[in-house]
Amino acid sequence: MSADVPTYLDGNAAAGALREVFAVDLTAAIGKCTGCGHSAVFAEAHVYVDAPGMVARCPGCDNVLLRVVSTPNDTYLDLRGLTYLRISNTP
Amino acid sequence: MGIISPGFTGRGRSGSDLPPGQYLTQDFPVLSAGPTPHVLPEHWEFTIATESGEMHRWDWAAFQRLPAEEITRDLHCVTRWSKLATDWKGVSLDALFEDVETAADFVMAHSYGGYTTNLPLEDLLDGQAWIAYQYDGEPLAAEHGGPARLLVPHLYLWKSAKWVRGLVLSDTDDLGFWETAGYHEYGDPWKEQRYAGD
Ligand SMILES: [Zn+2]
Repeated sequence: MSADVPTYLDGNAAAGALREVFAVDLTAAIGKCTGCGHSAVFAEAHVYVDAPGMVARCPGCDNVLLRVVSTPNDTYLDLRGLTYLRISNTP
Repeated sequence: MGIISPGFTGRGRSGSDLPPGQYLTQDFPVLSAGPTPHVLPEHWEFTIATESGEMHRWDWAAFQRLPAEEITRDLHCVTRWSKLATDWKGVSLDALFEDVETAADFVMAHSYGGYTTNLPLEDLLDGQAWIAYQYDGEPLAAEHGGPARLLVPHLYLWKSAKWVRGLVLSDTDDLGFWETAGYHEYGDPWKEQRYAGD
């Protein structure tokens, strides 16, 4: 059993799916967690992809920051675990 | 014709046993939407909360005293793999609901780690669902939901909540973790109810 090997990837793993939704690269964006108030660049999120959808969790408290489910007709984006996403206006 | 047909050994069952859009797998893929909870049996508790707020509780010892059943069922995951004739041991929900007075129609299953999934109560009763704690003759591994998971094999596997810690009865069909993000509220693999609106 390999239970203690992390089963998540870092936030960069979510970049492709999120670029299709936002048309910006979110990996450098700052996200604030509604669970613990921790803010960090999105690339530091723990991203679980071996699941029915993609789930990004706070590296501080494991709160769900964001979920993306792609169905044949729609993409569902749940951002309720983020107080904000801060995206720089200067590239 | 061979002496032992594939049907006799239980092996080599064909794709015709599979719901639409599924493929057969021999291994047991691990899906997880978060870190794997490691709950020791001595810290484990299972509860059923009725719509009136009445709580029924079992610790591991009390749970182990309930009559257990051997279960062999096919599993169908919404990510399109199916695994046939998997062997489990667990306690039927009929046994757990024996002293539960309820008129509720719906259940929200809650797991250690925060996962939830919603089901109609009638899908958990009459020999259709278990709290399973052994897989293939071994204690259920944490990565597959141990020490105990819900097993509702006639629905897509996301309904069989891993690390289950309780059921909350309700008069309303509220939506669980995946159901609030586009997955079907019921999830019948034979009707291919993958996504909301299917
Ligand atoms: Zn947090």
